[in-house]
Amino acid sequence: MIFRGKVHKFGSDVNTDVIIPARYLNVSEPGELAKHCMADVDSQFTTKMVPGDIIMAETNFGCGSSREHAPLAIKACGVSCVIARSFARIFFRNAIDIGMPLLECAAAVENSEAGDILEVDLSSGEINNISRGKSFLANPYPEFMLGIIHAGGLIKYTKRYAKHNYH
Amino acid sequence: MNLSEKILAVHTGKTEVHPGEFINASVDLVLSNDITAPLAIKEFHRLGAKKVFDSAKVVMVPDHFVPNKDIPSAEQAKMMREFAIEQGLVYFEVGRSGIEHVLLPEQGLVRPGLVIVGADSHTCTYGALGAFATGMGSTDIAVAMATGEIWMKVPPTIKFVYHGQLSQWVSGKDLILYTIGDIGVDGALYSVMEFTGESMEELPIDGRFTMANMAIEAGAKAGIFHVDAETYNYLRYVAGIKVMPDDFRSMELAQASDDADYADVVEYDVTRIEPQVAFPSLPSNIKPVSQSGGISLDQVVIGACTNGRISDLRVAAELLRGRRVNQRLRCIVIPGSQRVYLEALKEGLIEVFIQAGAVVSTPTCGPCLGGHMGVLAAGERCLSTTNRNFVGRMGSPQSEVYLSSPAVAAASAVAGRIVHPSEIGS
Ligand code: SF4
Repeated sequence: MIFRGKVHKFGSDVNTDVIIPARYLNVSEPGELAKHCMADVDSQFTTKMVPGDIIMAETNFGCGSSREHAPLAIKACGVSCVIARSFARIFFRNAIDIGMPLLECAAAVENSEAGDILEVDLSSGEINNISRGKSFLANPYPEFMLGIIHAGGLIKYTKRYAKHNYH
Repeated sequence: MNLSEKILAVHTGKTEVHPGEFINASVDLVLSNDITAPLAIKEFHRLGAKKVFDSAKVVMVPDHFVPNKDIPSAEQAKMMREFAIEQGLVYFEVGRSGIEHVLLPEQGLVRPGLVIVGADSHTCTYGALGAFATGMGSTDIAVAMATGEIWMKVPPTIKFVYHGQLSQWVSGKDLILYTIGDIGVDGALYSVMEFTGESMEELPIDGRFTMANMAIEAGAKAGIFHVDAETYNYLRYVAGIKVMPDDFRSMELAQASDDADYADVVEYDVTRIEPQVAFPSLPSNIKPVSQSGGISLDQVVIGACTNGRISDLRVAAELLRGRRVNQRLRCIVIPGSQRVYLEALKEGLIEVFIQAGAVVSTPTCGPCLGGHMGVLAAGERCLSTTNRNFVGRMGSPQSEVYLSSPAVAAASAVAGRIVHPSEIGS
């Protein structure tokens, strides 16, 4: 899968409270959540971004609560992937579970600026900064997680592989 | 093996597990709340599941926006209630409930050696009783509800050793704030924080809950304590567990082996630690209270899954007894559960709070996540005993949240600005 989009840059410790503030958590429809994506870190984000765009951040992206509403809001508003130096644990898991692509790549973050156009090949982990003519390789996923990604998320993975009859 | 590895090995049917290994662990308790359950239920149906794996091991607690604050949150709570009743789950209705992480331990649902997963990041609180407990998202919880299993990467463990005796007014909250200030909000990313040392042996269970609760604020997967006499006393006299059954697999499982492996060992001398305050907008932005510059306040909140237990309210009442909340601020006290509320009532603490001019709320998460019962306006400052002070956490993105212990919060409510408790009490 190859994405192409413009970079929106953020700092370290972007937490789930600013990605989707709790005042919007009285609903859980992805389309509703998407309207408030990144509300408390950049209130203009949803008007500035176009579907396919890429969120780029420093360390510990998605720290804080376990609300799956955070990766859901990012996915539903059309962000194609998030590239960061590192991700918080629960956010990382949630994103993989719902099929929201994340890439860990310090070099890409170091060598890209807001507004740059990137091309990302999810299967190889290659990130091309078209604006600067540079390319980088993201940290590979562990085998086990690739299984979930290739299945199309945890629900499909479980349906396919669960040993148990959970009906 | 260390404590977490032992517990995870037992739940994987292996004699040993090692950090980095991917495992499928069986779970003993699966939790969700009025915000995360609706999504989990949707995914549960998408999975094609009909019944939860064991209705006695699946718990749902309405606590975040309850009593329902508006129509959409009422719809969410209703969806959860109907599912819980239909499936015969362990469900606590408003009025017999409380904040999940205060409620579950006192209901005897948390025991040493269990694996507990919850669609709430502060599920790690239960490590205080020697359980391996970790927060996840709704989809993971849906799978756990259906299969009774969860995939996990065995985390490395960092051992935190606390030496010495705590000074007056210094609590578990101050130790965990100090620790997060030292290692940072991703200082224990993907790891387990194992809390040990002679200061921990002295620490009451409520203080252990507070410390384990905030392990997630350092990015940790879990926080965990060894099981000792204090734990057993809690289980017996608070949680009302009459017989300590063998299924605790207890003492042996509840202690790390002598040759346990740790990714790192961090040691602190607690005798030099004074009450701490986290400044906006990260829990790691710590200053000792003596250097906090007397920040003036508009609101004080005492409660939450971090500090809404009876001993927290006792400390707050000790400082508020016979005094008045500063006329320029609101002080909101929230007992963590109906049981805590009732105990506080019997002990006369509620009267102390009301006489002092504080608001006493029914148990709810409420203001902790900017839900209701104390949302902040732009420019307002709040000192809170909760666990997060991110931008907009308690209301307007232009408001500020400071974190502290109940002692600092109560003393500051009287002073109208952040002060050391000794300025008010003796
Ligand atoms: S009290 Fe606050 S931190 Fe604890 S569960 Fe409720 S919202 Fe989360």
